[in-house]
Amino acid sequence: MSYEIRLNKMLEKLKPSGIRRFFDIASEMEDVISLSIGEPDFSTPWHIREEGIHSLEGGKTWYTPNAGLMKLRESIAGYVRRHNGIAYDPKGEILVTVGGSEAIDLGLRALVNPGDEVLIPEPSFVCYRPLVEMAGGVPVSIVTKAADAFRLTPQALREAATPRTRLLILPYPNNPTGGVMRREHLGAIAEVVKESGLFVLSDEIYGALTYGDHPHVSIASLPGMQERTMLIDGFSKAFAMTGWRLGYACGPAKLMKQVIKLHQYALMCAPTTAQYAAIEAMDNGDEDVENMRAEYDIRRRFIVDRLNRMGLTCFEPEGAFYVFPSVAVTGLSSEEFCQKLLVEKHVAVVPGTAFGDCGEGYVRISYCYSLKHITEAMNRLEEFLKEHAAR
Amino acid sequence: MDKLLKLLDTNARMSNAELAVVLGSTEEAVAARIAELERSGVIRSYKAVIDWDRTDRQYVTALIELRVTPKRDRGFEEIAEQIMRFDEVESVYLMSGGYDLAVTVSGRTFKDVAMFVAKRLSTLESVLSTATHFVLRRYKDDGVLFLGEEKDERSPFNR
Repeated sequence: MSYEIRLNKMLEKLKPSGIRRFFDIASEMEDVISLSIGEPDFSTPWHIREEGIHSLEGGKTWYTPNAGLMKLRESIAGYVRRHNGIAYDPKGEILVTVGGSEAIDLGLRALVNPGDEVLIPEPSFVCYRPLVEMAGGVPVSIVTKAADAFRLTPQALREAATPRTRLLILPYPNNPTGGVMRREHLGAIAEVVKESGLFVLSDEIYGALTYGDHPHVSIASLPGMQERTMLIDGFSKAFAMTGWRLGYACGPAKLMKQVIKLHQYALMCAPTTAQYAAIEAMDNGDEDVENMRAEYDIRRRFIVDRLNRMGLTCFEPEGAFYVFPSVAVTGLSSEEFCQKLLVEKHVAVVPGTAFGDCGEGYVRISYCYSLKHITEAMNRLEEFLKEHAAR
Repeated sequence: MDKLLKLLDTNARMSNAELAVVLGSTEEAVAARIAELERSGVIRSYKAVIDWDRTDRQYVTALIELRVTPKRDRGFEEIAEQIMRFDEVESVYLMSGGYDLAVTVSGRTFKDVAMFVAKRLSTLESVLSTATHFVLRRYKDDGVLFLGEEKDERSPFNR
């Protein structure tokens, strides 16, 4: 007798990640040169790895407290104070999570009631919309434009907010555009947030990776915003620790109490070995981050220059490790462009539409690669453009 | 470290235009800075890192440990200068530890190198002893991997 497995209907309806769908094609091909990966090419700095190894040698293989090792929470508090100028109490306001992604999921589930609208500036990372839906919320996109350097504007926020709006997701520095919100831009957003009675889930996973004269500013550091912001950051991008699966969330104790409860039931605690390594990253990793950031900056300048010179107009990204050029000049859609580029030149980049419908006409190019690798990819891309010059 | 030097140390063939772009500078400023670094002797030379094992050139190298008697006035300088003038010698370092000079010698065959050490180095007046270690395989040289290709182990479809 056959048995029909019954699944969650909402989950079944979720679209698989556009990035993933695209790369099932790429994985069939040989000698693909990829500029698609969204994680550092550096491996974790050795002194950080060593602390992980040391904890294993010392037999530290048990669960940690649900919220994370107290020493790590203290170190996170120190790091956030040092870099963002915000004070969080390690007892009750900080949770160590399994990557920034878990923190996003928990935050949404803790803050959203059925039917609540959640504002999502797009293009942005693929997880927000599905996680909002699974939390019972209604995702509402706010389109950001190249003309505004892909920033969220107070006008757009005001227009999108309704009496049912509960939450604003603020994904800056932004994946995929590389856009950032400087202090003055955040100030204007904070005003609208306050007058509309919103709460902010600020995904600052790329906060340590900004370029130029404007260091990252967290919206939580603005007057009156700490009490209405959940700040999410992690170790993956800044410290090249993606595989350790470790992030953290900071927020008002009233919220964090609920978030920690959820984390306790779903995850128990973040991986212990990773937590020991992370203490070292927080306390003694600033120099490593600075070295990697300097290297990304070199690649960023190189790739933006090449793209603009070959005719793919490219807004100069100020954060993260992506560029988001327009491919409109080719007359191809994002998906067509990526597909043809992959088939004809064996170069893989990600269609902008993977990050929201408004990503149409753009592609995401990662510069988590050596200059040599990037140069080869750019040469192939340039050939491709010559062959597809709009007639 | 000087960013320009770091870039050239990795890839000396980057053009001044490329260097200017990635450093946020101008081509003229980069050219002037490089000229200055060459003039002042910071930049000694530009060369390719070659894996001779992949060519048909017969090429062996050896590391020679030399114990020497330093001269009263000039210390190790005099003997070091004598040794570095041989074409067969690729590098000469003054060392701390169990011996004094580390000399890299190359030649066509093991015998060539051994004969060079026996006839030219051992016979120098202030050389007390030599120990020759032949290089069997170069895994990494000048910061460049010689063994296979660097593989990207990252999973292609994540964040």
